[in-house]
Amino acid sequence: MIKTRRVRNLFMAPFAVWSILFIIVPLLLIAGYAFTAEEGGFTLANLAIMGRWEYRKALWLSVALALASTVLCLLIAYPLCLILAQWKLKKGSELILLFVLPLWMNSLLSTMAWQTILERNGLINQLMRLLGLPDLHLINTPFAIVLGMIYNFLPYMILPLYTVLSAISVHLREAAQDLGAGPWHTFLHVILPLSVPGIISGITLVFIPSLTTFVISAMLGGGKILLIGNIIEQEFTATYNWHLGSGLSMFLMIFIIFNMILSAVFERNE
Amino acid sequence: MTDRFVQGRSVLSADMWKRAAAAVILLFAAAFCFTGCGDDEDSDRVVYVYSWGDYVDPDAIDMFEEETGIKVVLDEFDTNESMYPRVAAGASDYDVICPSDYMIQKMIENDLLMPLNHSLLPNATEYVDERFYKLSEFFDPGNLYSVPYMWGTIGIMYNTTMVDEPVDSWSILWDEKYKDNILMQDSVRDAFAVALKLKGYSLNTTDHKELEEARDLLIEQKPLVQAYVVDEVRDKMASGEAAIAVIYSGEALMLTFENEDLEYAVPKEGTNVWFDSFVITKNAENVEEAHEYIDFMCRPEIALMNFEYITYSSPVTCIKEMEEDPDYSESPIAFPDIDDYMDPEAFEACKYLGKEMDSYLGSLWIQVKSY
Repeated sequence: MIKTRRVRNLFMAPFAVWSILFIIVPLLLIAGYAFTAEEGGFTLANLAIMGRWEYRKALWLSVALALASTVLCLLIAYPLCLILAQWKLKKGSELILLFVLPLWMNSLLSTMAWQTILERNGLINQLMRLLGLPDLHLINTPFAIVLGMIYNFLPYMILPLYTVLSAISVHLREAAQDLGAGPWHTFLHVILPLSVPGIISGITLVFIPSLTTFVISAMLGGGKILLIGNIIEQEFTATYNWHLGSGLSMFLMIFIIFNMILSAVFERNE
Repeated sequence: MTDRFVQGRSVLSADMWKRAAAAVILLFAAAFCFTGCGDDEDSDRVVYVYSWGDYVDPDAIDMFEEETGIKVVLDEFDTNESMYPRVAAGASDYDVICPSDYMIQKMIENDLLMPLNHSLLPNATEYVDERFYKLSEFFDPGNLYSVPYMWGTIGIMYNTTMVDEPVDSWSILWDEKYKDNILMQDSVRDAFAVALKLKGYSLNTTDHKELEEARDLLIEQKPLVQAYVVDEVRDKMASGEAAIAVIYSGEALMLTFENEDLEYAVPKEGTNVWFDSFVITKNAENVEEAHEYIDFMCRPEIALMNFEYITYSSPVTCIKEMEEDPDYSESPIAFPDIDDYMDPEAFEACKYLGKEMDSYLGSLWIQVKSY
């Protein structure tokens, strides 16, 4: 169908127009703001500000919380997907729907629900009091933020993992067993290596939104825990310094790209 | 409403990137206008008003239109900072705007406002209590440009079931007893106003040493703070989630109706007295209509309607005698004794401190929040 060059160009056109208008132009605008001062003229000051302790601290805190939520998502999702993939012909695909269900609800709403669950007079503490146990301090802690991240982003870990794991042929597993490999050995040397692409895309899909979120940290952190996303948001809405906000966004983008290259290199070496 | 003190920055600098962005926004705005404002051709007298969202009783506008035959086109903004660039760019020809104190000063400094013709404002002259004109001189010296519409203070709301000592000082926000029971405002100027006042400094100080002391005080307080909040303060105080909160007096009145354990106190060290006032833009085309609109809103019966609608205190103080509901008329939150607030050392309106101070304050605030 797509044989001639002209047809191919025609098919490319909608996305090309879209990406130029809404991806490339905005990126250039951000870069334009990031590398200029308010008074005009080229500057690196908007990126260099990351050297200040308050910004460094916010970045490392973001990285730490994003890492924690990514690792926990992986630990929750991988065993689950192993089971679902084995069931795939029977009920796996229906069950997967269930795990992706949280995505159907507005994430702002579900994060607000977590607020009411974790609050001082929230559901958990009411239950604790009912059982005669002492109150737990849950809301406005890093723990609450990681919980919110896991809840919001877990489906993005499950989906690629399930896709990869369910594509691994049963015959491969059978062959491994026929050749004398035990279950553990089969997992370690057959299933795990074959699922690496799914793990990588799952990690990327969870890590990046966790790193850049500002809604979850604002709602479950009570404004006490400042992540890099919150600073960027503040620069745009409260301080009205678009140059600094763009500079920080730029830094974050470079940081993410650097990490992706690093993981790609790592993957190739494997 | 509670974002009043997020800081503004001038967008006037001749910077091509901002212009490009502005052009895109204008394009969209123009598109909206074509669909939105097509039906005002039949009336030749019109006034374009730009005001806080839900900040005037719709019935009052209907009455104004009926009485004067002037059509009111009302647009709303949710922060001073979102309003400012639209007016500064001259993109929208508003006649009357209702911004806050420090923003009015910034607009005066940037030559965006027209001096008022007070002979066209008999009600504003007669009914707006002169003490509010005096307090307004903080941001509008000589009262040349503004007529106060709503005012209030920033104070402490506390739950009497959790706090049994008398509350009269900002220092209670540093009391270890209330660890995790304190709500602070998530806004630079409000948070710093609290710390600066406790130290006995002006909330408009530009002295870096004083501001750093205030920052250190806020950092010291942080472990005691349950959360930095904006609008959530209402839900959290109403449901008893926290014992003490820094709050605007206008919100406080509504809250005492929702939860009768709540009380409001203005600390003895002094506080911020804030204003939202009417101004007329420099390029206003409907100057006469704009004056008529402002003056109409200063009529006691209209001021009363607006007070009952939004429950913020009105500078038209004679409405206290006209108010029939004792819940309102006897409330010291709605009708405080203004003479208590006339010490200019203690009770200050917020001034615009300039772009550089804004970003300096912003960076101090990030240090507090990041600590």
